[in-house]
Amino acid sequence: MSAKQKFVGRSVPRLEDRPLLTGQGRFAADISFPGQWTMRIVRSPVAHATVKSIDVLAALKLPGVHAIWTHQDVAQIPPIPFRLTGLKQLEPYRQPILAKDVVRYVGEPIAAIFAENAYVAEDAAELVELASEPLEATMLATEPPGSYGQKLNTEPGVLRKTYGDVDAVFRDAHSVVSLELSIGRHTGVPLETRGAIARHDEARDVLELHGAAKVPHWNRDTIAQMLGLKKESVQLYEGHVGGGFGIRGEIYPEDVLVCAAALKFRHPVKWIEDRREHLIAANHSREQHHRVKAAIDAQGRILAIDDEFFHDNGAYMRTHAATVPDLAAAMLPGPYRVPAYRATGHIRLTNKTPCGTYRAPGRYESTFVRERLLDAIAAKVGVDKVEIRRRNLIGKSAMPYTLGLDTLGTQIVYDSGDYAALLDKALKAARWDELQKQLGERRKNGERVGAGIAMFVEKSGLGPFDTVRAVIKPDGTVEVITGVASIGQGVETVIAQICADALGVDYTNIRVTHGQTDRIARGMGAFASRVTVMCGEATRLAATRLRACILEAAAELMQSRADALDIVNGEIVRRGGPGPSMPLAELARILPGSLSAEDTFESTHMVYPYGVHIATVRVDADTGNVAIERYVIAYDVGKAVNPKLVEGQIAGGLAQGVGGALLEEFRYDENGEPLSVTFADYLMPTAREVPDVSILVSEDAPSPLNPLGLKGAGEGGANPVGAVIASAIDDALQRPGLVTQLPVTPQRLKVILHDSASVTASVGLKQH
Amino acid sequence: MSKKIAITLTINGRDYAIAVESRRTLVDAIREDCGQTGTHIGCEHGVCGACTIIVDGEPIRSCLMFAVQANGKKIRTVEGLADGDKLHPMQQAFMDHHGLQCGFCTPGFLMLAVGALEREPDISDDELLDLLSSNLCRCTGYQNIIKAVHAAAKDMRKG
Repeated sequence: MSAKQKFVGRSVPRLEDRPLLTGQGRFAADISFPGQWTMRIVRSPVAHATVKSIDVLAALKLPGVHAIWTHQDVAQIPPIPFRLTGLKQLEPYRQPILAKDVVRYVGEPIAAIFAENAYVAEDAAELVELASEPLEATMLATEPPGSYGQKLNTEPGVLRKTYGDVDAVFRDAHSVVSLELSIGRHTGVPLETRGAIARHDEARDVLELHGAAKVPHWNRDTIAQMLGLKKESVQLYEGHVGGGFGIRGEIYPEDVLVCAAALKFRHPVKWIEDRREHLIAANHSREQHHRVKAAIDAQGRILAIDDEFFHDNGAYMRTHAATVPDLAAAMLPGPYRVPAYRATGHIRLTNKTPCGTYRAPGRYESTFVRERLLDAIAAKVGVDKVEIRRRNLIGKSAMPYTLGLDTLGTQIVYDSGDYAALLDKALKAARWDELQKQLGERRKNGERVGAGIAMFVEKSGLGPFDTVRAVIKPDGTVEVITGVASIGQGVETVIAQICADALGVDYTNIRVTHGQTDRIARGMGAFASRVTVMCGEATRLAATRLRACILEAAAELMQSRADALDIVNGEIVRRGGPGPSMPLAELARILPGSLSAEDTFESTHMVYPYGVHIATVRVDADTGNVAIERYVIAYDVGKAVNPKLVEGQIAGGLAQGVGGALLEEFRYDENGEPLSVTFADYLMPTAREVPDVSILVSEDAPSPLNPLGLKGAGEGGANPVGAVIASAIDDALQRPGLVTQLPVTPQRLKVILHDSASVTASVGLKQH
Repeated sequence: MSKKIAITLTINGRDYAIAVESRRTLVDAIREDCGQTGTHIGCEHGVCGACTIIVDGEPIRSCLMFAVQANGKKIRTVEGLADGDKLHPMQQAFMDHHGLQCGFCTPGFLMLAVGALEREPDISDDELLDLLSSNLCRCTGYQNIIKAVHAAAKDMRKG
């Protein structure tokens, strides 16, 4: 056999990098059209109020202002529909694209200014006056539901997921461990703010929206529907996207407004969000409060878990509807045997920015809850936290494991995994036993150092389909056209690697086209760690089909049988020996336009990667600072197409997880005034706070649900970080169960230490 | 606020004669008036560093400077780093070490690191970490950026 190059499994350089390194990227703000107008959104300065009037006259008089819209100008446009987990009872809580009678959060769009440039538009925004009558702001999701107006209340729905006889198990259990835990409000905050540029092409009668991301086809169909257009008359174009993380690329009011304005005014309309807007207007995420209890036997084996939680979704239900609380409830059991389970999730609305998904949505939250519970069980029965996990892990022989719960329209079946083996690998990599000794010594010397561990199951590869078309271009290069999207994670490289192996060409000769709705009829986009799994397999199928088509065509020209030919490094050759060969480019020249194949991969079940994180931290009791000294991650992704990119995903997720664990939080005052509106008060980790991390990419458990065995790698870096940092802080302070709330900011940790010190002091006094 | 002032921005050795309002930020002038969109805007309040460029040899935040203040100064942006098709050692090192994902913060990090290393080629590891912690990246977790800058520093000292 000839030396055929393989690309899958190799850390080849990214195809994406060169334009991004030389300043030739095309991000949303880089796109402009002649004659364009700038849109600026006027936002509510109050958290909850009845709108009396919106005075735009002074703003309209400003030179350079073309038009201003308030609700009545867009009253015919319906609210944005749900994309996922859209329960019927949530529909009355959808957000109007401009506020009508009531404003419900600081930042809610109340008017749209169209002006000749961004400076004038911002001047005009200052002149718009909102007259309103204040209403009481609801700021706590745990309070009993109150009125939302229009005979609705602030609890639009309660999710229930259960199996087994939970009450009976609790009645008969050896003991019960209960915890009350909170996760702070934070979100993805990509470095590129949102942007949308709409333009109506009169010649083609097509409304173009540039700056699209994540789910271009769904957004195209939805915008068309909302504006009463045929979907062929709306096309979305994705350029470079400066980070996604779940929040970027959903349809927001601003996307619909630029489209409606471009149609109405017959001018291109450009909107680029500023950072303050981003922090109060783009989706928030994560804020939940859990009351959880576990029934256990004498050895600490879990018999049942019962969790009641309150999900603070902010002021409205946006495109994700019930997705985040649904995932939190469905994924809470994780890698452990939980014979009986009940989750009751209260979806609550408050007067804060509305919510959506953020990397590992629902799982960052419920992993924190579950792993805190495991640590508490360990403390209760007096075994160490590794042993308690071992006792409860689902065994390899139980795979595939049907959990008995569903989410995102699929039944949860863990497809493959050897959780105990990965735990061993992670402990070995962290030199756990030696570490325990060292930490013990250091604590004896007065240092506050400790280690934490957390385990989790992720999900990835959400279907139901992806379609790919692979084409040989006249110059012999290959174009792969797909309906997925790139948010900076390396889609082009990974898809090219898979195509290269299936076809027999070098991956650098492959161009991957994504996020262009006029290039392929349908596509699911980039979310839920689905691209490599779904688009990857669709690419393999399409490329295999294209290969057959090429060999068939070449056989005739080369006077051979198709099965006697092969494609090696872009040349069609005879198998097993010398003989005439033909470059793909030559075949493409002879048969222009005929070398093309399309295929679809369908999947009704997700695939489930899993991982272990271990962290060592040092606490400074004087400042409340938590420094992460060491970090080890073991993550099984079935098969890594490009290990370096997988590691990159994991390291990036870790940084975001650290933000949520220690720093990032959207805070509000009691009247609903947001207090985290700049990067000086919404603190994201810098190079100083993110530790160097040892990453072990494991391939023990290929997925049986696709031939390459792929599982997605996007979210395992973030998932358990809150949990493992909490566990490590407990250990550093030798106080099991101390951390019950994220983020553990220096201020919060100092308060906990101070309060618990005074409790200890007063208990001490009584004993005397 | 419509009175415009005539200035000349010298970007990567080329002069751009433009007229701007006194309140126009340097980054807006570079992007909108001079068409050099490689410099990105991430926060407009001087924290994230996505708009970092080199002005008269010093890395600065171009969102915190007015265009009129840069009149006659020598400006370098990411577009001027490579020598034709040959990448600058810093760009090459970012590629080799997977120091970028979405690439939005990348021009800012490149200019920050190049500006600092040109002034202080033997900067210590700890000072370098301090320097790099002045810009934000949301994708990489920073470790590959740090590795890339260390590798490029070695290369730049050689060259």
